Amino acid sequence: MEGLLPQLEVVRKDFPILERTLAGGVPLVYLDSANTSQKPQCVIDAMVDHLERHNANVARAMHQLGAEASAAFEDGRDRVASFIGAPSRDEVIFTKNASEALNLVAHTLAWATGDLAVGEGDRVVTTEMEHHSNIVPWQLLTQRTGATLAWFGLTDDYRLDLSNIDELIDERTKVVTLTWVSNMLGTVNPVAAIARRAHEVGALVVVDASQAAPQIPIDLAAMDEAERPDLMVFTGHKVVGPTGIGVLWGRREVLDQLPPFLGGGEMIETVRMERSTYAGIPHKFEAGTPPIAEAVGLGAAVDYLAGLGMEAVHAHERTITAYALDGLATVPGLKVLGPLDVAERGGAISFELDGVHPHDVAQVLDSRGVAVRAGHHCAKPAHARYGVQSTTRMSSYLYTTPSEIDALVEALEYTRSYFKLG
Amino acid sequence: MTAQDLDALYQEIILDHYKNPHNKGLREPHEAEVHHVNPTCGDEVTLRVHLTGEPGAETVADVSYDAVGCSISQASASVLTDLVIGRPVDEAMEIHESFLTLMQGKGTVEPDEDVLEDGIAFAGVAKFPARVKCALLSWMAWKDATARVIEEKA
Repeated sequence: MEGLLPQLEVVRKDFPILERTLAGGVPLVYLDSANTSQKPQCVIDAMVDHLERHNANVARAMHQLGAEASAAFEDGRDRVASFIGAPSRDEVIFTKNASEALNLVAHTLAWATGDLAVGEGDRVVTTEMEHHSNIVPWQLLTQRTGATLAWFGLTDDYRLDLSNIDELIDERTKVVTLTWVSNMLGTVNPVAAIARRAHEVGALVVVDASQAAPQIPIDLAAMDEAERPDLMVFTGHKVVGPTGIGVLWGRREVLDQLPPFLGGGEMIETVRMERSTYAGIPHKFEAGTPPIAEAVGLGAAVDYLAGLGMEAVHAHERTITAYALDGLATVPGLKVLGPLDVAERGGAISFELDGVHPHDVAQVLDSRGVAVRAGHHCAKPAHARYGVQSTTRMSSYLYTTPSEIDALVEALEYTRSYFKLG
Repeated sequence: MTAQDLDALYQEIILDHYKNPHNKGLREPHEAEVHHVNPTCGDEVTLRVHLTGEPGAETVADVSYDAVGCSISQASASVLTDLVIGRPVDEAMEIHESFLTLMQGKGTVEPDEDVLEDGIAFAGVAKFPARVKCALLSWMAWKDATARVIEEKA
């Protein structure tokens, strides 16, 4: 099949979990990578090696292990910066996850003064297809500041409705936040065009790249500044890295201007009882002992992806997604919620199966070893927009094979027969 | 889970109630209406309770509901209404207790068919921690609604 990763079977051997079997001896067919991706041996080894040989706290220990741990942690930052083409490595902030990164931005904007301040009469714009983590922090921000929350609606063909973009994004708009790739619909959004409009009115552009970073080559430095986000977040565990670490990238001028988020060790310059002064970025936003082994693991993860080549990963994702859409189309009563053109979508495919509730679909698929997600995928407003309570979602990744898609389709046929549908 | 486990989970009785739910729909009269949600999966039930009789000796005259959710949560609501409608509240509460014990027993509790009737089909569900909350959604809603009516009357 044209477009698959070269030597896919060899690549799969990098992921030890893919070789395990489940209850009843069935092989694992892991189609839940938009939820969390599996980890290659090199990531596991990097973390184990760090804990076995180099463990110490960072930036405060004067001994050799401290120096090694600090170097490893900062090396993780360098690798992440290179992975997203960050103009400066200091613009890469480590957080707990993407949610914390978005909260960092939304909270500090509530406390910001000057140009960035968000207050009464100002508007924050999000979209109806966001993950809850890119809705709730902005609700909190606007409720606390008296600003208004507005959002792009969705069209019947699963895209952002941009017909009222000039009303939504005007001089009152301070922040425009959107997901690059929808975790439910799979839709790839026109980030560049929206950023251009937002920048015309002086609004900040925040992009949730949680689903984009695993699949799409990102080169921030190469983007036209007018079209580049001002802030972008993603999480480590979806890019074959560990849980417990997320990334906030921000343009230096913005990060410098935002007040600190959490106070504590490492984020200070000097502390007196009356008041303190703060470290520069990135440490200003990294209070307390950071996720050190996780940063080492994430560094190894993005290196692994770079080694495969993100263009090749992207091509693989599209090829598998196209094959999956064709396969799903053969299942009677199955309806995909999302664009059907692979050029306009990512690898998460949500669907309904007429007559069987998604939880039951997922349970029957699990009995065949096929792991998918069922529910609202933390995108209740997008589900409500299309009048559905929940969906089943399959999501592939760089290790997914066409035969795993065949197994999914076969298991869906089995599900239909189990629930005595036709 | 294996195919055998799957059959233990999806007993015919459950699939029958799922396809043909009993007592479904919201009806009048009612003294309390509650809305319960399972935040992790999004299953929702709106449930009404109508009690008759003197305070302290009420009878469950009607339980009506509207629900969206999986086969387990839908079938469980159907079985609940079969079991409690027409019974004295005290007795219905004992059935509730018995169903709760079964569901929280991790598959170790032997259900009493005389008490739980079709409810024994959920014994297999108790082995799946992720699905126990599906089975309990409407039962918790019913207990909540019933308690509210009794509280208001008192």
